Amino acid sequence: MTNDTSKASGAIGIETVGMTMQFGNFTALDDVSIKVTPGSFHALLGENGAGKSTLVKCIMGFYHATKGQLMVDDREVEVPDPRAAHALGLGMVYQHFTLVPSLTAAENLVISRDDAPAVIDWRKEREDLAAFLDTMPFKVPLDRPVMSLAAGEKQKLEILKQLYLGRRFLILDEPTSVLTPAEADEVLGLVRNLCRAGKISVLMISHKFREVTTFADEVSILRRGAMVGGEKVSDLSTDEMAAMMVGAELPERNSDRTGELGKTILSISDIRAIDRSGLKPIEIDALNVCAGEIVGIAGISGNGQMELMEILSGQREYSEGSISIKGASYSATRSEARELCVRVLPEEPLRNACVSNMTVAENIGFRYFDVKNGGSTRFWINDREIRKKAAELVSAFKVKTTSLDSLIASLSGGNVQRAVLARELTGQVDLLVISNPCFGLDFSAVAEIRSRIIMARNSGSAVLLMSEDLDEILELSDRIIVMSEGRFAFETPAAQAEVGEIGRYMAGHH
Amino acid sequence: MGGDIGLWGVPLAILGGAIRVSTPFLFVSLGECLTERSGRINLGLEGTLVFGAMSAYAVAYETGSPWMGVLAAMIAGSAFGLLHGWICSLPKVNDIAIGIALMLFGMGLAFFFGKSFIQPVAPDLPAINFGFWSDYTQVQAALKVNILFLIGIAASLGLWWMFRNTKIGLIIRVVGDSTDAARAMGLRPNLVRLLSTAAGGALAGVGGAYLSLYYPGSWNEGISSGQGLMAVALVIFARWNPIYCFWAALLFGGAGALGPALQSVGVTQGYYLFYAAPYVLTLAVMILTSSASKTMTGAPAELSITK
Repeated sequence: MTNDTSKASGAIGIETVGMTMQFGNFTALDDVSIKVTPGSFHALLGENGAGKSTLVKCIMGFYHATKGQLMVDDREVEVPDPRAAHALGLGMVYQHFTLVPSLTAAENLVISRDDAPAVIDWRKEREDLAAFLDTMPFKVPLDRPVMSLAAGEKQKLEILKQLYLGRRFLILDEPTSVLTPAEADEVLGLVRNLCRAGKISVLMISHKFREVTTFADEVSILRRGAMVGGEKVSDLSTDEMAAMMVGAELPERNSDRTGELGKTILSISDIRAIDRSGLKPIEIDALNVCAGEIVGIAGISGNGQMELMEILSGQREYSEGSISIKGASYSATRSEARELCVRVLPEEPLRNACVSNMTVAENIGFRYFDVKNGGSTRFWINDREIRKKAAELVSAFKVKTTSLDSLIASLSGGNVQRAVLARELTGQVDLLVISNPCFGLDFSAVAEIRSRIIMARNSGSAVLLMSEDLDEILELSDRIIVMSEGRFAFETPAAQAEVGEIGRYMAGHH
Repeated sequence: MGGDIGLWGVPLAILGGAIRVSTPFLFVSLGECLTERSGRINLGLEGTLVFGAMSAYAVAYETGSPWMGVLAAMIAGSAFGLLHGWICSLPKVNDIAIGIALMLFGMGLAFFFGKSFIQPVAPDLPAINFGFWSDYTQVQAALKVNILFLIGIAASLGLWWMFRNTKIGLIIRVVGDSTDAARAMGLRPNLVRLLSTAAGGALAGVGGAYLSLYYPGSWNEGISSGQGLMAVALVIFARWNPIYCFWAALLFGGAGALGPALQSVGVTQGYYLFYAAPYVLTLAVMILTSSASKTMTGAPAELSITK
């Protein structure tokens, strides 16, 4: 059956057999076998960190799988590097555009060819391009600089470029993440038509259920590096896919909870803003967080959690609405944060909450270096006092550092997180806003940081926790809110939470 | 002998001045345009210009051939370009800082080696007299066009064609616009930038040769009045387009000729204010082309000033 598909044009099929990838002790990919038949549109579903990117990087030759085999048209092949993958007809469209913005579409296409001529005869190239485009179901303007094209056009051009280069199996890495819903439907519809016409086979990384059910023929679902399901899309319900993707079992809820629910600390109403792609609105009608509770905001990345965090930390402007803390209006200035006892623990703390070229002591001192004991601000810095306090906090929070004068950037991720936590949790904390606190940390650091968050809650802080790790939300929260497409889609007390239901709302199906 | 042409002398003098003064602007801006299109800024072109002027003058004096001088200036210029490009390809090096260092280095080196060439007279570059049909000396003077000016026009057309129609041109633009895309295509951005900077330096060297071998036509330490630096502003004004570089160079040259032109027709007061015209124009260009929110159209995205 392979002989008629292995001719120079037309879709090719690929298969991974027992693909395993280990990074040190960490197994990113565990015995994954998927099969993409020629001319099919295959979706690869999974949460962040489920191993989707690792799998496609193994296929494209960016990584060398620890174990396992890649088959192209039922023949075993070796892919030592991306060039070899290209030679086999495998291509990849990345999440971010790789087109050169100031070149026109035609120039982008011609220069991407390995055999581009030294002097380009534009008349001939233009004829060739026109002939090539005639065989395609969609067109893009060839003579405008790529930067003037809309995102959907750029994505179409990326796909055209792959076909122009003779690729017959395409990996699309979240191809719609920068597109509007209408553009996404158009692009995916065209891709499906190309598959139906037998020109290409497609493996699409996604975490949008709607796209998978509408456009894909088959689906494979990864969870924590392992394959947990894969069949025809028509045989699976969205609920079943969601259950496979987020896992069915509830993690144990942290049980050291004490204290009573206090009065409302954070109150947000009718916030309107634009997300970071500049296309989609963020609309948050109401959010209240009380003293002594942890409100967890769950959601698949890119649904507005990061923007909410930025709004709360003053990094993103909003056009309407108001934020108040303990009844006072809040615009995230340093003096307001100090007066209202607001502390923030953003994701990637080394980048967002530290100055990497300053020392551990200086970074820990950011909250108090300009405050006298009485509370008024000071002009002259008291270095001895900063170091004394920093030394206390370093030992109290078990930050492992060679000295207080080491650069914060030289610390491991877990210790940077501990140092920032030490700074943010010291003193009176009425509101703590946290985003992905345990991303990329090892097991022991995770357990310790989570228990610190619970301790803050027990001592009467209001905690707003945003995390892409649903297990973390389920373990820590008292109340869970699901964010989807820039809004709050669902809210439930954590004690009565059902994973399947949360998963459905995360996926945008209600 | 020509007669008196009255106030017509002013536009005529501006035209003649534009042609005479614009040539170094043109060459330096073409060199800068080429370098910046590859994603790097070479602020050292002022130093390259001065060193090119000195080496051209010295070699022309020693050999008796002005064209050998131009060749020497090109070689010296590309050596400065290679030095800049090589230092900038080292990790964590800022191209602007290196450019300023090389500007001072080039000028200092030129003054050091050029001491003994201030007195002697080197042969001039030839010019073509397009004003032969006129009896007026002013017209003849204005239309006396140096061959380097014509070569400069050809070079700007050639660069424009190269950026559009050749693989090398497209590669330079790819590298200047997206290092990542260039790497993904298997290009070596640092090598492309090194060669672009070297070629840009050679062009700037030719600009220097024009200064010392034609207009003003002698070597001294005040030979450049910042043309090499103004050319950077000029490239921005010209939107990184070689053809626009030509028009912008003419405009700057004309502005530079405004003061002398007014003086020549007998304006005795206030004309020296117009000597500042090129500098005022530079400032005006910078202010008018700046925008808080919009990115500049045509700006190579990898330039350290646009990032």
